[in-house]
Amino acid sequence: MTKDTGVLLEMKNIVKEFPGVRALDGVSLTLRRGSVHALMGENGAGKSTLMKCLFGIYSADSGEVYLEGREVSFKNPNDALRNGVAMVHQELNQATKRNVMDNIWLGRYPTRLGFITSEREMYERTKRIFDDLGIKTDPRRIMSTMSVAERQMAEIAKAVSYDAKVIVLDEPTSSLSDREVEHLFRIIETLKQRGCGIIYISHKMDEILRISDEITVMRDGSHIATEPSDNMTMDKIIHLMVGRELTEMYPKKTNTPGKVILKVEGLSSKHNHVKDVSFDLRQGEIIGFAGLAGAGRTEVIENIFGISERESGRIYLGGKEIKNRDPREAIRNGFALITEERRATGIFGILDICENTTVSGLKKYLRFGLLSDKKRREDTDWAIRSMNIKTASQKTQIKLLSGGNQQKVIIGRWLLTEPEILMLDEPTRGIDVGAKYEIYQLIDALAAKGKSIIVISSELPELLGICDRIYVMSSGRIAGEVDAKKTTQEEIMTLASKYM
Amino acid sequence: MIKAIERYREMSPEQRKGYRKEFFINNSLYMFLIAAVIVIGFLRPNFLSAASIVNIISLSAANLPIALGIAGAIILSGTDLSAGRIVGVVACVSASLLQASGYAGKVFPGLATLPIPAVLLIALGLGALVGLINGFCTARFHLHPFIVTLSTQLIAYGALLMYLRIGNNNGQSISGLDSSYTNFINGSILSIGKTPIPNYVWYAILITAVMWFIWNKTTFGKNMFAVGSNPEAANVSGVNVKRVTMLVFMLAGILYGMTGFIEAARIGSNSAATGLNYELDAIAACVIGGVSFVGGIGKIRGVIVGVVLLRLIFVGLTALSIDANMQYIIKGLIILIACAIDMRKYLVKR
Repeated sequence: MTKDTGVLLEMKNIVKEFPGVRALDGVSLTLRRGSVHALMGENGAGKSTLMKCLFGIYSADSGEVYLEGREVSFKNPNDALRNGVAMVHQELNQATKRNVMDNIWLGRYPTRLGFITSEREMYERTKRIFDDLGIKTDPRRIMSTMSVAERQMAEIAKAVSYDAKVIVLDEPTSSLSDREVEHLFRIIETLKQRGCGIIYISHKMDEILRISDEITVMRDGSHIATEPSDNMTMDKIIHLMVGRELTEMYPKKTNTPGKVILKVEGLSSKHNHVKDVSFDLRQGEIIGFAGLAGAGRTEVIENIFGISERESGRIYLGGKEIKNRDPREAIRNGFALITEERRATGIFGILDICENTTVSGLKKYLRFGLLSDKKRREDTDWAIRSMNIKTASQKTQIKLLSGGNQQKVIIGRWLLTEPEILMLDEPTRGIDVGAKYEIYQLIDALAAKGKSIIVISSELPELLGICDRIYVMSSGRIAGEVDAKKTTQEEIMTLASKYM
Repeated sequence: MIKAIERYREMSPEQRKGYRKEFFINNSLYMFLIAAVIVIGFLRPNFLSAASIVNIISLSAANLPIALGIAGAIILSGTDLSAGRIVGVVACVSASLLQASGYAGKVFPGLATLPIPAVLLIALGLGALVGLINGFCTARFHLHPFIVTLSTQLIAYGALLMYLRIGNNNGQSISGLDSSYTNFINGSILSIGKTPIPNYVWYAILITAVMWFIWNKTTFGKNMFAVGSNPEAANVSGVNVKRVTMLVFMLAGILYGMTGFIEAARIGSNSAATGLNYELDAIAACVIGGVSFVGGIGKIRGVIVGVVLLRLIFVGLTALSIDANMQYIIKGLIILIACAIDMRKYLVKR
């Protein structure tokens, strides 16, 4: 197949204003056939607004969109889809109680006589697309029984089934393991060969530099630069994104580990594959848990926090054995857990900052059996100030904040419970570079104050940058312990596949 | 089935133990059903007589269409409180249009006996209309069906009371139905032993078959489950969520209309109390049968089991001559336990 590099999609001078803000200030984007175009920018830079204008979720105030030279204006995402422009969302939006093929053909089931659906045709057509893309999932599987990666692949297969020419991938790798990322990249390569154009939105620099042909950087609603990725470097992108030099990706470490405070011995869980996990944590130390997706890292800390049932194993806090049978007991023992799924198990979206900050320690605010609003406001103010949370007021609904600021509110919530052991599961997922740096600073400052911290992350550089020691997990077991200052990514990856 | 046995053979003793436990809990409803029949049959041999069995079957058949309608609303993670009142309205209207020509207390004395198909169409149309209103308000104004149907059932009740005062009826119950109508519903073409099976049982079976087809084989059915499971995903995929919602409620309305049309002749005397609280039994039957309020989950088979089980409990408790007050308590407990067992299936152990 000859590579045709003609223009596939062109967005010209898109302007979108919301009351008081100019969200898009004349942004242009040109996507070529058979190429990957990375769209980068901090949260709030206008990437998603631009995409929403493309898909008709917002209507642009001015500007034009051309698809294969023809001017188009999609009314809604479905209209775009039917014209071959598809989007795979970061938050997968699927009917999880239905099977794969029902989801793929939703809204246009193959039918006989116009209303009787043909299961067999659905199955065969799905199978054909899966075979082409090298996806091994059974089309009859129920979505809710599948991993995030498999569901994401199904979503891409759906885009392919629409014969999509333009596919927008929004943070596609944020919850994938390295091996799954490789599979995704192979699929992207196949799509490129077919002449598809791909808009790739991600915060992960190394991936972008590897996979993309062109990179567009946005900042504060404006188009900053578009360049072939061969001309770009990580530093240059960061510079363009933040408009200033981020001299270091990670803050200087200031904490000094003391005596062992938490000791876990032979921990096994009842209903998942966590097996014989032992580790220890010192006062004022930051340890990391590395591993592929499904290695059991989240399961370990959830078990310690009393969310899942324990089969065997002992936990010692300051030399004394504790049980942590449920989260309430864990909190009383001075544990805090910041969960991976911020939207699902972290924030209370429609409640305001104050409610979200103080919800975990409401007992503290009781005065004669009634909640003291004054004390809660003071504590919330403390959280906003000390963590530099960018918000209009305490009364702002938390769902209106950016991901990074939401994460800071949640960290603030747990700090107010005055924990000794702080466990953070993927604390910087989906957060832009600037906010990430602030969260690293915060973690370091807490450790320096004597708090002991466990961080789970799928981004190895992040663990290497902020941790003292790293435990590597593989298939539910601890595969090894490494010193963050001396180890390499290669060593960790080797350990991570030890028990596979 | 054979595959399941093969898989069981390959299991280790430990796995087998777990599998057996799961199997028992997941199928406990069916086992309870069988055990209840055996125990009651042993204590009260009459319970297993042809007359008693036909009685249970016909009572279940009378309740099945309304439950199938409500099941659709529950699959959309909604509910429908107007079902019973719609049945009442349709029953009274059907009855008033099909009174015997010589009957003294006719609502419309001048009215000749209408052809049955015409009245059936009116009945279904009336049900469809109220259902459509329910669906429209739910879809268009984004109201929870609980609120919408709470309101429409009141409106329906008011309209029903007014209707009963039309002509020279003066609020009395409507009876004296034309024999062609009662024969069409209560007549019989087949008997078990000496007990005739009323015709409406066949109508219920036919309706159930059609509903099974709609749920499982049509685009509309698949869309209904998709909307119930994740309305946003369905919307993004180009499913007209509002239309599906309206159609589900309209279809439910048609089924209530059908129930009303059958109920009028089945009972013979129709008042403002006809259909009262039918929706509560129907909702209970649905949840017992595994139609979940979580949305997107439910099977026709489950609805049938739920309806039959509930009837079996009612008839069985009466057969055992258990105190009527006590019966309420037992019914309440059974619904709670059945739903708790059902919910277990959707809980992920951790």
